[in-house]
Amino acid sequence: MALDDRQLTHLQRLEAESIQIMREVVSTASNPVMLYSVGKDSACMLHLAKKAFYPSPPPFPLLHVDTTWKFREMYKLRDKAAADAGMQLLVHHNPEAQEKGINPFDHGSLHTDMWKTDGLKQALSLYGFDAAFGGARRDEEKSRAKERVFSFRSANHRWDPKNQRPELWSQYNARKAKGESIRVFPLSNWTELDIWQYIQLEGIEIVPLYFSAPRPVVERDGLLIMVDDDRFPLREGEEPQMRSIRFRTLGCYPLTGAVESTAATLSEVIQEMLLTTTSERQGRAIDHDSAASMEKKKQEGYF
Amino acid sequence: MTEQTHEYKVDALIAEDIDAYLSKHQHKTMLRFITCGSVDDGKSTLIGRLLYDSKMIFEDQLATLSKESKSIGTQGQDIDFALLVDGLAAEREQGITIDVAYRFFATDKRKFIVADTPGHEQYTRNMVTGASTADLAVILIDARQGVLTQTRRHSYIVNLLGIPNVVLAVNKMDLVGYSQDRFDEIVAEYRAFAKSIGIKEFTAIPISGLKGDNIVDRSTGMDWYYGPTLMAHLEEVPLSDRSAVERPFRMPVQWVNRPNLDFRGFSGTISSGAVRPGDAVRVVPSGKTSTVKSIVTYDGDLDAAVAGQAVTITFNDEIDCSRGSVIAAADAPPEVADQFETTLIWMDEAEMLPGRPYILQLGTQSVTATITEPKYEVNVNTAEHLPSRTLKLNAIGVCNISTDRPLVFEGYEDDRTMGGFILIDRMTNATVAAGLVHFALRRSQNIHWQAVDIDRTAHAAQKGQKARVVWFTGLSGSGKSTIANLVEKKLHSLGRHSFLLDGDNVRHGLNRDLGFTDADRVENIRRVGEVARLMTDAGLIVLTAFISPFRAERQMVRDLMAEGEFVEVFVNTPLDVAESRDVKGLYKKARAGQLKNFTGIDSPYEEPQAPELTVNTAAMTAEDAAEMIVDYLLRD
Ligand SMILES: Nc1nc2c(ncn2[C@@H]2O[C@H](COP(=O)(O)OP(=O)(O)OP(=O)(O)O)[C@@H](O)[C@H]2O)c(=O)[nH]1
Ligand SMILES: [Mg+2]
Repeated sequence: MALDDRQLTHLQRLEAESIQIMREVVSTASNPVMLYSVGKDSACMLHLAKKAFYPSPPPFPLLHVDTTWKFREMYKLRDKAAADAGMQLLVHHNPEAQEKGINPFDHGSLHTDMWKTDGLKQALSLYGFDAAFGGARRDEEKSRAKERVFSFRSANHRWDPKNQRPELWSQYNARKAKGESIRVFPLSNWTELDIWQYIQLEGIEIVPLYFSAPRPVVERDGLLIMVDDDRFPLREGEEPQMRSIRFRTLGCYPLTGAVESTAATLSEVIQEMLLTTTSERQGRAIDHDSAASMEKKKQEGYF
Repeated sequence: MTEQTHEYKVDALIAEDIDAYLSKHQHKTMLRFITCGSVDDGKSTLIGRLLYDSKMIFEDQLATLSKESKSIGTQGQDIDFALLVDGLAAEREQGITIDVAYRFFATDKRKFIVADTPGHEQYTRNMVTGASTADLAVILIDARQGVLTQTRRHSYIVNLLGIPNVVLAVNKMDLVGYSQDRFDEIVAEYRAFAKSIGIKEFTAIPISGLKGDNIVDRSTGMDWYYGPTLMAHLEEVPLSDRSAVERPFRMPVQWVNRPNLDFRGFSGTISSGAVRPGDAVRVVPSGKTSTVKSIVTYDGDLDAAVAGQAVTITFNDEIDCSRGSVIAAADAPPEVADQFETTLIWMDEAEMLPGRPYILQLGTQSVTATITEPKYEVNVNTAEHLPSRTLKLNAIGVCNISTDRPLVFEGYEDDRTMGGFILIDRMTNATVAAGLVHFALRRSQNIHWQAVDIDRTAHAAQKGQKARVVWFTGLSGSGKSTIANLVEKKLHSLGRHSFLLDGDNVRHGLNRDLGFTDADRVENIRRVGEVARLMTDAGLIVLTAFISPFRAERQMVRDLMAEGEFVEVFVNTPLDVAESRDVKGLYKKARAGQLKNFTGIDSPYEEPQAPELTVNTAAMTAEDAAEMIVDYLLRD
């Protein structure tokens, strides 16, 4: 094929864009980190980081802001993926949340606020990270759709959505005052379908929970919740049943709704995703609040 | 005026043969477009409608939308489509768009990324952000209003940024009785304007975003219109890929890849052309040449790579190359220069100040730049050139720029990556302007430094001293001149060679053409800085006594001098103290409104953050202060 006819596909362009963003951060930030949540977006982001710096390993650590309530299979893949990439893995637990025994059953939204939002801020300050990669996409949610690729946070980690820096072409202004930091979203322009297709084409390893299998679940408040360990307090009359389920999105197991499914391969998962008529995040308890809730959470420092 | 249901719809092929669907989807082309135009012309509504009519809205999103439309929408009990894109709380409260929103969708034919941009002039920089990456612009017009100032401003920006395809969407046709006459009238008006600013062609479509006419479905109320619906046009418009691959090879180096001593590669994204192992390349600006040894990627070494790919290149020779260098075809390297003519779109509340140093970022290069000559501002309504010394927020103008180091570039028209730049304020770190390089000014290439045999060290050594600039800064009447005079007397009696530059002896001669506006103050300090620098070359201890209210200019002078040569002395006298002294009676005049732009009264003073010395005149006599300064100067 003549060079002039070489048209890059859409995914190849997205890949190149993400790589450019990552290299830019490494060249301009003094202490970058990659937030790694073990989901499919994190898996793609990590894969892109390996590509961006090859043959060097990605020159930053991975940070998992843990809540101690993730699925067991997520912890397994987390440790393996970090080791495979030759990267340091930092795991942060909010000591205050740990001490108070904050959990998703008794503490409602405090669980997310303390473990995730506060935990993230603590970890970033503790290690002095001045740039943090996150796997968020603009197609996920309306306030995300408004966010820049390089998104600034004040010294107390706040986002000011009404005063974002202009961002032209692929030219990123990474300058910041002391104490300020940037959240960088290399997957900004990817859609959910792009992510799945990329996982398929590149053979990226993801948590098996995305594929359907018989798993023990209870039905609670309209959600199918998997009973992943014996910390799960069963209510009167509740008895875990084996059902063929999978997850469209992964978080804390007691807060993540499963879908009944028989999709056991990537093609089937993608097919099922494309055939459903509800948006991806419906299975996540946190997003059922008002439309403006995500913006507020982000202003307060949630990723 | 169209009828249909709006349940979320999926391609039949997905259920029949998912793998076939995916492979087809993977090879669809991608169109990035924006909606722009004046306030309330219906940009957000249109995008909402486009998504809705193409059945891209999930059931749960639709439920939320109709709930929210009733509670906070602008359409009573009906659906307010703008709520699908106006995602910020402040936007929903006010019913306007503040920042650009990106939405993603795909049809059988194409994938789309659409950026919905704000119409308010105040948020023009956010519109520019969305426009910078677009292949097509939908410019909306409210059929009742016709062409407005913001329509013109956005059209001007669309053309300036080189967006190749323009659609004129005459919206709210429902409110003008779907009148062909009104449509024709607006198209004619727009055509005249478009021509005057250089837009060669556009496609005009009459629509109603609110009612869904000619968006996805053909309108039943405008049988006089035979052209495509908006969606059909978006799906069919040919995409010129600006033939980046056909131009000579260039790759700006982002990062040097050194995993170990045996590997040294240069990582970057190819901005134009193609490269193969064995190709002869030149590293610009150093001019060193070598040949490509390998093109390294995670997926293995490549036999060729083209524009748009992110790769790592290794050379057959050890040559100097680092971030900011550009690797280029050896026989067709890009130009290098340090003076340019450019167009700037000013994007900051603080106006442009000629002479002030800004950081200029172009590709992976970052240099210090000053605007040497503002040539004119463009009146976006008439495309007329207005003489102007400065540019305010959202103004567009043509300026000459000079950089402290040579810059590798291409004209913006040929290459967005190597011809588009941003300017950054050094104090606030804000992105203050977007710039487009037109061409280099040749002048600079002929001015070479005269190599001198007696250099600055020789001059200073002969005088038995170290050259210095002692820079006094502080409010009017704070005591700068008094203390500087005392310091000079002491230095003189100690046999040191010095010279005092004072507001009064400079303003009457060298700077007699300058007043007291911010722009003139900047130029005043720039000239004083240059003079002070020449005097330090002569080996003198230079004392300067200027209010010099802005941090940026003091920093600029500091940067002109060698490390340790610049001594900033902050004469710290509170405003009320200086005002009560009022030695020259100036404060009284300023308070009476007879003196404009007086520092401390109606013009700001930015205190030094880390001066070498601070004199607190409330706690210290001028004599003691002078003593302290002389001690500091003679310490080593
Ligand atoms: N009758 C009628 N009204 C419309 C049409 N399109 C939009 N509107 C109304 O015009 C108003 C402004 O619409 P928006 O979509 O918010 O306008 P915009 O151009 O996005 O505004 P900014 O982003 O703030 O500049 C809303 O009340 C819409 O319902 C149309 O085709 N017909
Ligand atoms: Mg709008």
